Formats: sequence, C-alpha cells, structure tokens
Amino acid sequence: MNKLQHLFWRTGFGPRTKSWEKWAALPESSWWPKLRDESLADPPVYFDVADSALKGLLMGVGEIGRMEQKDLDKADKKEIREKSRENLRSLNLHWLEEMTHTKAQLREKMALFWHGHFASRNVNILYQQQMLHVIRQHALGNFGDLLKAVSRSAAMLAFLNNQQNKKKHPNENFAREVMELFTLGRGHYTETDIKEAARAFTGWGFRLNGDFVFRRFDHDEGSKTILGRTGNYDGDDVLDMLLEKQETARFIARKLYKFMVNDTAVPEERINWLGERFYSSGYSIMRLLEDIVRSDWFYAPENTGNKIKSPVELWVGIRRALPLEPDNPEMQLLLQKALGQVLFFPPSVAGWPGGKNWIDSSSLMLRLRIPQLLYLQSDLDLDTKDDDDQQMGQAPNAGGRKGFSAAIDWAPVSGMFGKIPEKDLIPKLSTYLWTAPANKTALETVHQYADRSSRDTFLKTAMIQLMATPEYQLC
Amino acid sequence: MRVVLNSTFVSYFRACPNHEPPTNNQKPITIPAMQIRRRDFLKTGSIATASLLLPRFLKAFETPGALPNNGKTLVVLQLSGGNDGLNTVVPVRNDIYYRERPRIGIKREEALSLTSEAGLNPALGAFKNLYDDGDLAILNSVGYPNPDRSHFRSMDIWHSASPADQYWQSGWLGRYLDAQCAGATPAAGSCSSAALEIDDTLSLVLKGEQVKGLAMQDIQKLYNSARSPFFTAYSQAHMASPDADAPAEYLYKTMAETLSSADYLYSQVKKKPAGGSFPATGLGKRMKTIASLILSDTTTPVYYVSLGSFDTHINQEGQQKRLFTELNDALAAFAKELKANGKWNEVLVVTFSEFGRRVSQNASGGTDHGTANQMFFMGGALKQKGLLNPMPDLTDLDEGDLKYKVDFRQVYATLLDRWLGASSEGILGAPFKGLEFI
Repeated sequence: MNKLQHLFWRTGFGPRTKSWEKWAALPESSWWPKLRDESLADPPVYFDVADSALKGLLMGVGEIGRMEQKDLDKADKKEIREKSRENLRSLNLHWLEEMTHTKAQLREKMALFWHGHFASRNVNILYQQQMLHVIRQHALGNFGDLLKAVSRSAAMLAFLNNQQNKKKHPNENFAREVMELFTLGRGHYTETDIKEAARAFTGWGFRLNGDFVFRRFDHDEGSKTILGRTGNYDGDDVLDMLLEKQETARFIARKLYKFMVNDTAVPEERINWLGERFYSSGYSIMRLLEDIVRSDWFYAPENTGNKIKSPVELWVGIRRALPLEPDNPEMQLLLQKALGQVLFFPPSVAGWPGGKNWIDSSSLMLRLRIPQLLYLQSDLDLDTKDDDDQQMGQAPNAGGRKGFSAAIDWAPVSGMFGKIPEKDLIPKLSTYLWTAPANKTALETVHQYADRSSRDTFLKTAMIQLMATPEYQLC
Repeated sequence: MRVVLNSTFVSYFRACPNHEPPTNNQKPITIPAMQIRRRDFLKTGSIATASLLLPRFLKAFETPGALPNNGKTLVVLQLSGGNDGLNTVVPVRNDIYYRERPRIGIKREEALSLTSEAGLNPALGAFKNLYDDGDLAILNSVGYPNPDRSHFRSMDIWHSASPADQYWQSGWLGRYLDAQCAGATPAAGSCSSAALEIDDTLSLVLKGEQVKGLAMQDIQKLYNSARSPFFTAYSQAHMASPDADAPAEYLYKTMAETLSSADYLYSQVKKKPAGGSFPATGLGKRMKTIASLILSDTTTPVYYVSLGSFDTHINQEGQQKRLFTELNDALAAFAKELKANGKWNEVLVVTFSEFGRRVSQNASGGTDHGTANQMFFMGGALKQKGLLNPMPDLTDLDEGDLKYKVDFRQVYATLLDRWLGASSEGILGAPFKGLEFI
C-alpha cells in the first residue's frame, strides 16, 4: 500500500509529479508535520475577482445612502447579476488553480470540505468571494469561529432568507439549517427549538456591500426557550449554546471522518473518541485532523483506495499528476457541470451528497474518457443543462463541441519514470497513480492496449490508460 | 488540432491487440464519425458485441434493461425554466386575466378554443388536434405547499418529490427503478436502461438510491463513446470481488452495464428505426430517438426529455412561441408515428414545469416566477379527457400567485400505480390520493 499517496489524496488533491521524488525521499515521520506546516505557513491570499464597477455599485462609492438591496434600480440589479455571473466563473477558476498549485494542500482540501458543509448558492460575487475567504481563513482554525463567521456572512444570510427574518414575521430557514446541517444534526432538537431560535436570529442581516448588520428594530427582544434554557437570547447566544452541545462536536467529527477516512463504514466508538477530543480542545480543527491522520486506522486497508473522488478532486488530481494547462480554462467549468460538481453551485444547502452519487453511466464514461481526451487533444462533445437561476432564460446553452486541448508537460513524468525497465513500468505507474490494489489482469490489459511503438509513447499511453480506469476514480 | 473524438480511440488506442501499432505519428487518424458504418464497427474486430464481452459476474443478465414490464411506456417531458401556464391554456373569458395582462394576454379569438372558458396557445395546434381526438387531458393548478420560486430548488422538489422543506438526494423515477429492480437477481443495477434520459447528463429525477437511469443524447453517440476496445477488454478482465457493495465493484458494474446497454440499444434500434417526418429540431431529434426505441420493442418503460428555457422574464411572446412551435411539431410527429405503428395506446406523454408564472405581466413584456401550473397528459389510453378540473381561480391568489389545488405527488402516485404498475407509497414516502385519468 502506498501510504504517502494515501496521505496526499486524503489531505490534499493527490501526488504532484513535479515534486514527488523529494517527498518520497523523506522519512515517513516527517510527512504529516511537513504537510501541516506548509498549510499553516502563510495566510490565504484573498481572491478578489469582483469587477470594480460592480464593487462601486455594491460598496456605494460616492453613493452614500444606498445601503440596501431595495435601493437598487432594475438596471443596477441586472448589471450585478451579469457581472457576478462572469466573475463567479473566474472565482471558480482561481480556486481550481490554487488547489492545483498551492503547497497549502490541506488548507484548500479542508476549504472544499467546508464549502460543502456550509453550502450556499448565491449569484452575488462579492458575497461569494467574501464567504470563500472566510472558509479558507478558518479552514484549519477553530470551528466555533468558523461557524460564527459563516453565520454573519451575507452569502449565508441571503441564501437562508435571514434578511426576511423579522420580529413580526419570523423566517425559520436559517435557524433550521444551522441546527440540522451545520451543528447538531437531526434528532437533537425540536421544532420548538427552531421556532424559538429563529426569533433569536431576527434582525441579523447584511448591507449591500456584504457587511453584517444587526437591525435592532427587527429583533425580537422577548424571552425564548431554546434547548431547554430560557432567556432573552440573540443569535450569538444560540450559536454558543449549539457549540456547548457535545453532539455538535460528534456531528462534525463524523462528517469529517466520512470525508477523509471512509464514507460508508463509520464506527461509532471512533466517532465518539474523535468527538470528545474535538470538544475538549474547544473545537480545534487541527486537533481533529491530527487525531485522524495520526491514528493507525487511517492507513488500514479498509480505509484506503475506497473513496470515489469528487469531480473536483479527480480533475485537480489529474492536473497535479499530469502537469497540464488547459488551452481554454473555461472548459474546466463545463467539465464540473458535466460531472456534477460546480464550485459555488452546490445542489442544496445540504451540499454534495458524494460517494456513489457521483457516478452514473454518463458521468462515469466521461471520467474514464478525460485522460484520453486530453492526450488526443480532442473536443468534448456534450451539452450540459441550462441553469435558469443564472441565465434567466436569456443565454441558451450553445452546446456542440468544446475544445478540450491542453498543453501537457511530460518532462516531469519522463523524469520520474523514464529509466524504469519496460516490464516494470506499468506496475510502477499503477502504484503511483492508484491507491486501490492493482489487479494483475488489469495491468496486463493496460499493457496490451498501450502503444509500444516507442519508449516515449509507451510511457505516455500507459499512463493515460491507467488513468482511464475505475481504479483511478478511487482514492 | 481538432479531431473527432469518437472514432479516434479505435484508431489510436488500438482496436485489437494484435494489430500493428500506429505509426509514430503523434496525430491520430481522423475518421469523421458520420462515415462510420455498421460494417466498419464489425471490422474493428475485437469489438464483437459488448454483451458477449460482459464480465463474468454480469453474465447472468441476458438483456440489459430486462425489467418486469407491463408493456406501457411513460415519456416525461420537462418544460425547463417555468413555463407560463396562463398563456398556455388561456382563460379566455376571465376579465382578471385580461386586466392583469394588457400587453401579453392572448386574445380569445386567437386562442384555439377548447371549452367556453379555455383556449390553447395558438402555437399548439397539434395539442388541439389531440384534444379533439380525445388523446389529451389537462390538469390545472398542480403544485405543492410552500412553493419555492428558485428554478433550481423547485425543480429539485419536482425531481425528488420531497416536501418543500426537505432535501432528498434521489429522484422519484430513480426510486421507481430501485423498487422495480430490487427483485431482479442478482444485482439491482441490471436495469439502468429501464429509464433513459435523452440528454448528455443525468438529472436527479432518474437517480435512485441503488439504481440510476442512463443518459444519452443519441444512441450513436452513446455507442461511440462506449465502444472503445480498451474499455471493453478492461471491463471484461475484472474479477468481481465478494464485496458487491465496495465502491470499486459499483464502478465496474456501472461501466459494464453502460457498455452492454450501449450495445443493446444500438442493436435494438436498428431493428425498426422510426421513419415519419420528425422536425430537425433538438426536441424533434430526441422524440425521434424515443419513438425508434419504442417501435423496436426496447424494454424501456420510462423516457425523460427536457425543453427550455421557458424563463420568459422579457419579451415572452416570441420566446414562448418559438419553444411551443418546437414542442408542438415534435409531439405531432411523435403521436403520428406511434399511431401509425399501433403503439399510441401504450404510451403516455406527461409534461410539467418547475413552476408557473405570476398572474400579472411585468414591465418588460414578460412574467416573473410563480407557483402552480398545469400538466398535460397525452396518449391513446386516457380514461378521462379534456379539462380534468376547473381553470385556475384568479380571484383567490396568494400574493399575486395561483394557489395549487392538486399536489404534484398525486399525479406521480397515479402514474406509478396506474400506469407503471408500481407501488407509489414506498417510492413517494407517503400515500397520495391517486387520480382517475388513466
């Protein structure tokens, strides 16, 4: 079993061919500290992709008094929508680049985890980039801080309708999801707890520029009874009460275990152990990660090569293994759509369901064909469905063929595998590319179908074929 | 260099291990897919038929898609984007309608008259003919409690059949596959081609907990992408592990089924390709594919196809007319072809949209997101025809939107219980009162 590959896949986006030999030469005891420290070395750079005209509009430069969405006229709203749509595409691509190239693999991997945990769909680019930054900043920090920052973000308050949560007309959406999806999980609260907590969150809103605002006159100052306690609580009190519950620590520990270790077999005693330690650490995310990665079961055979990569993990992993730059970066958006995971467009507030849900006939066939498409510099001939929330019925999907060509830098691959004798090459490549166990007949089939006309094409086509397999979908 | 993908795998990733390797030329040979004929497929040698090459553990499935089938076919047609129902079935005697839609309201004399109160959008002439023949039923005011006005969310609710405040991660037709295939031994996944979406990507509606439908834009394309000899050989070389639930086994199973489904559908559709005069539009081609599969006795009970975008915020008239013309012409050809071949009584076409639109027009010659909407049912076996219930009540609105009178899950229950011969309660998670139209 390839422990280092496993570690790289579970705490990042897989091995990077360009730097692999350096890593492989290190003693095992230094892998995790090095990975961890590389993610802690520098704070994340803020991805500021919002158009300056759009910012002018939203930040109210020279337009003091325009603080609310309702103050915008129709043309402004249209401009915000159109610019946001465009800018969201660049935010998506920016983040993909970061995942591909950064040394802070653990941070970005955890940011992707939190992006699915605190899932929000919002067409406003400013709110989305603010939210992404919150998540990346706190990805390895304290869960309580992260929860509080997300709860005050315009992206989440807007997505869960808390602007409409007012004393006289409470809207329960935000309170419900905070309990059900962000902290306790189902079964640990009642409908009354939600109703009462919604009252505590009344008045939590945001300004046009995304700043949090507490609207005192919309806030319900009355007494509330939440999770068995009574008082004049506000939103912060509710979040603190949720963090005081051990269930919250267990809920997060279970979800992270499924993300990093095993998404089908989840031993309860292990979750209890992780949850208790996470709780007593005061919700230190790094402590939870260390507990997972330093446990012997992290490398147990039943926990390796058994997770289906998400489309983003798969694609970023390909780019790290087979260094490449797409000629048309936007094709990566199409790919996300066709494979069922578009960053910033989770299917619901519950995030991406993951696991086997990623796979159906069409998504699997496309996954299998991607390496071949890249190698052949082919077109991707498919249509994706329209998104009416974004397009407003105006820009129909062009469809047809999309350029899938990319400049592949084969030098690092040749450097790593060029000297290996031909008979050992495919087994060697498979241990680098797969974490699932290699089956002898599978490797023979790859050998049969590789192009043996020259040493160079043999290496290339063998690598491509090994990536065009069910095994490569697993990590 | 741009090459045609589908054929190059055959030429580059060698069709047969015994062939000479291609020359050192890095650039693959291009064979336009159009020129490939059946003969060429056969010539590529090791291809044989994918079903002969099924991995050992799947040999048990003689015919992919073999599902207990009562001979009935359901075609679901999704009108994406929120079709404006009030300009589809027009309340031609309603003053409120004309008052709220001075610019975009359809005049009574222009609508195709159905009853004294209702007329069809003038672009739906074929619907009017079906109505006159007793092959069309209209159910008004279909929706659900606490309607959501986001396209995505509301479509999710229609796909999953969840209550509006719950997030379900499987679709109602996917769960129908789960239920139908549960008895099929030895593995449930054998019936993925029992539900086909005529598209490149699979919608939530066809994803079950265990079994998922199959998406394909057209059969040739599916066949081309699946027929790589490498995939076939690789899939065949797999030795099943005893742990059938392992993710790797699930991947291999999906791969093998896709290859064999592609082969099955490809060979099946050759038996009796639909002729007829299908329009050369997107929907026309898709309906032709469906007709071909039905006529060639494919064992697929469920087809799913979408048309859009009906999100007519601006200049609704032109956009709706264009889409309705495409819809109308494709369905006219479809009905004609099935009737000519004696299949019309075994087919039911159902349309829906994720929501209807506001009663009042907006300032841009369009309409904004609304709530309840009508559904159409078409086929030769309707028990009740024409308007199944009253036209929407425009005097009783909820903040400018129609109130629903029929829960869409009642319609699903009807289709599952009375048409597909399934049991709706388990699939929908609750009992819903069925309707009488089939």
